[in-house]
Amino acid sequence: MRARRGQSQLHKVESGDDLDSRRVSELKNIIGSQAVLHAPEDLMLYEYDGSVDRALPDAVVFPSTTEEVVSTVCWAREKNFAILARGAGTGLSGGSVPVNGGVVIGFSRMKKIVEIDLANQRAVVQPGVVNLDLSLAVAKSGYYYVPDPSSQKACTIGGNVAENSGGPHTLAYGVTTNHVLGLEVVLPDGEVIHTGGKPLDCPGYDLTGLIVGSEGTLGIVTQAIVKLTRLPEAVQTILAIFNSVDDAADTVAEITARAITPAALEMMDQLALQAVEAATHAGYPCDAAAVLLIEVEGLREAIEVQTEEIRDACKHHAAREVRVAQSEVERQLLWAGRKNAFGAMGRIAKSFYVQDGVIPRTRISETLRFIGQVGEKYDLRIANVFHAGDGNLHPLILFDIRDHEQYRRVLQAGAEILAYCVSIGGSITGEHGVGMEKSDLMPLLFTENDLTIMGKLKSVFNRDGRLNPSKIFPTSKGCGEIQVGKQWAART
Amino acid sequence: MINATEQQQHIEVQAPSERRNGSGFVGSDAPRWDDYSRCIRCGLCLNQCPTYRELGFEMDSPRGRIYQMAQVDEGRLPIGESFVRHIDLCLDCRACETACPSGVEYGKLVEAARAQIEQHYRRPFGERMLRYLAFHHLISKPGSLKVAGALLRFYQSSGLEEMVNRSGLLNSMPRLCELQQLTPAIESPSFFPQIGKVFPARGSRRFRVALHAGCIANLAFARLNETTVRVLQENGCEVTIAAGQICCGALPVHAGLRGLARDLARRNIEAFDAQPFDAILTNAAGCGSTLKEYGYLLKDDAVWAGKAASFSAKMRDVTEFLCEVGLTAQPPALPAMVTYQDSCHLAHGQKVRQQPRKLLNAIPGLRFVEMPLSDLCCGSAGIYNITETEVSMQLLRSKMEAANSTGASIIATANPGCILQLRAGAKLYGTGQRVMHVIELLDPARPSL
Repeated sequence: MRARRGQSQLHKVESGDDLDSRRVSELKNIIGSQAVLHAPEDLMLYEYDGSVDRALPDAVVFPSTTEEVVSTVCWAREKNFAILARGAGTGLSGGSVPVNGGVVIGFSRMKKIVEIDLANQRAVVQPGVVNLDLSLAVAKSGYYYVPDPSSQKACTIGGNVAENSGGPHTLAYGVTTNHVLGLEVVLPDGEVIHTGGKPLDCPGYDLTGLIVGSEGTLGIVTQAIVKLTRLPEAVQTILAIFNSVDDAADTVAEITARAITPAALEMMDQLALQAVEAATHAGYPCDAAAVLLIEVEGLREAIEVQTEEIRDACKHHAAREVRVAQSEVERQLLWAGRKNAFGAMGRIAKSFYVQDGVIPRTRISETLRFIGQVGEKYDLRIANVFHAGDGNLHPLILFDIRDHEQYRRVLQAGAEILAYCVSIGGSITGEHGVGMEKSDLMPLLFTENDLTIMGKLKSVFNRDGRLNPSKIFPTSKGCGEIQVGKQWAART
Repeated sequence: MINATEQQQHIEVQAPSERRNGSGFVGSDAPRWDDYSRCIRCGLCLNQCPTYRELGFEMDSPRGRIYQMAQVDEGRLPIGESFVRHIDLCLDCRACETACPSGVEYGKLVEAARAQIEQHYRRPFGERMLRYLAFHHLISKPGSLKVAGALLRFYQSSGLEEMVNRSGLLNSMPRLCELQQLTPAIESPSFFPQIGKVFPARGSRRFRVALHAGCIANLAFARLNETTVRVLQENGCEVTIAAGQICCGALPVHAGLRGLARDLARRNIEAFDAQPFDAILTNAAGCGSTLKEYGYLLKDDAVWAGKAASFSAKMRDVTEFLCEVGLTAQPPALPAMVTYQDSCHLAHGQKVRQQPRKLLNAIPGLRFVEMPLSDLCCGSAGIYNITETEVSMQLLRSKMEAANSTGASIIATANPGCILQLRAGAKLYGTGQRVMHVIELLDPARPSL
């Protein structure tokens, strides 16, 4: 919906040279005719991801090997096209939307689990492997891959690496970067580098850490070595129900203050609960002001104690009810509700715009109050579903995509919420990435010097900015300036 | 190739409120904004979609197909070769409905899209003729069906088929060779003579039920239909094979022939309307799903809407019904390892998942083992295995890998189409598993396997 902002110098350098039939056949020679899409009716399917942004690519290719990725990248360099990697297109910040056109490299054919090494607790995977498929592949052996973004049944490891994805259970175990040991990366000039490796610690600069979360602007990951973690002996899932949002929020801080670290600590407010319950029928109370979904795991004896502590903390803050899931089925259902929450918004609104602000977990209640005020100010409904333990908010601003004027208010409201998060010591994104959506807000968080050094670093890998252009860094003057692109504004 | 700037102008669209004129959808039975706009493109359906898993193209994912419908409605994409290709490739298995948190009723959308294709797109001559014969004559006219069945049976049992196979005549025609593999064996005698009969309950009568016997099933699954009647009788049901019944219309609905489907629906409603049954049953998940949706199919028909809704309300899959009322006839012991393939139109279409499993677990000696991804389509999907054989076979190969991994010697399922497909799969990619309907395993008269 948001426009391609400023056509870059890339991809149109040689005038009149678009992806003509000669180039299409060149590409097909490189990678096979069944692996190239170039017709407009196909390309329009690659103009979107899970966010509200849109832009058309010039071609989409589907390599099967690292060599084919290299060939494609070299071809694009020669012809001066922008390049962008795409996993499943579930991202929420426009990370895989080709703002400047160019060649999209789709990884749906590189989805092999190359190696599972249980004795050393690691796996080698291609970037197109679906997050949950990896966990399922090792579940019988008692292992799993920890980062569990809500889209885990569809999103890919490659996309997770690009966005440094989190998920409910990253509260105790850390985000993607804490679970990636090494990467094979194709740089935009066609070089292949290997960062990190199978050993748990590698000398030299932590290039793996640099690439993870770089949103596809430093290189294209073609293989990842990831950690596998033992499944806990026991898991307990607790649903605490509150009649006041403040009470729920205060409980979050109280749990941490009591030195309990749950594996997950999630919060949903009333509007979110209504959508979630309609979608999953998990038994969430639609009349509650807020609920906390808390999970503790570890040794059987330890979690009994922790559960009691948590129950006590909830009661201390006037929880109306504290329910412990009585069976694995009930537990899965509660989580299905939480993990399907974004998608469930389709039941109460035509579109949503999700923000990903981070705040100190001690300031949840005042921030939620502020979000409520922003909603009133702009006359918008806002649902909240978020990783409370991490202070990682996800206000879902609901709107109708057909209402152009309303959409403008949505963007304003979103920016205002993020500015508030930064002002109280937080950040503009926790796990969804900056993408094209929040790039103009980066100056809220970083000084010019900060941004300059990042830009220099980027140019070491991505000299001419060919790789996923117009992402992360501000492209327009004046921070927080919101523009609705004309040509997309009326579109779904 | 148009350049990007032109492309942008080309695709610039009016706001939806103004765009009705520009919409590629015309007339009734079209995907509507209110329905498809529930898709917010989260993508959670992708990995659940058999065609996306196999092909890896967004165009062949549920999210992508819905997006294409939206683009047609906005006048940005024509109902042309590309749109038709991707909508044709959909199995209509509705696994995406199970995955969708937003509650998009994808089956209704794709069926409406196909209705639009049927109205506004001219298929190649051969395809048109085949579709006409198959839908308007074969399945919807019992007379033609009987003749076709007799011819096919002659081919299969006279030694002609064997001769053709030995002659290598089909080797030069791989397409016909594939089709022959998937063609059902015609059973003799057929089930047609039973239509109109009433079969008394064994022992005291607990329920009065009616059976919808299908169309092709009367020829290819006559024994399964008899077994279904017998199992119901043994479990205290008086079974009426209502006279005047006809094809349920599932295949026409899936193909976008909603007019024909409505005609068939009215005839079935009339046939089953004569007596007050406790339930109307089917042993075919694909038929059941459509029979349960007669209410939706005829919702705009002032005369039939009410009757259609009450017909649908009585409709049950036979496994669903038996599980609900409980077995009174103990099935004979079966000391074997059995796995279960969810039929898409039972699991995703009718949300019936646990009932067949419970029935299987009630069989003494049976060891039940789940296969991975049991609710992923086997590639049968009505006539999909005949129209899209290549993708269908890819799906079947993956399905059999999952089935093989369980070590089960019997694959149970609940739909004749799946049975045919899985039997072919067991031969081609399996370990020689037997493929049986759940009902056959419950049969008190089942010979030891």
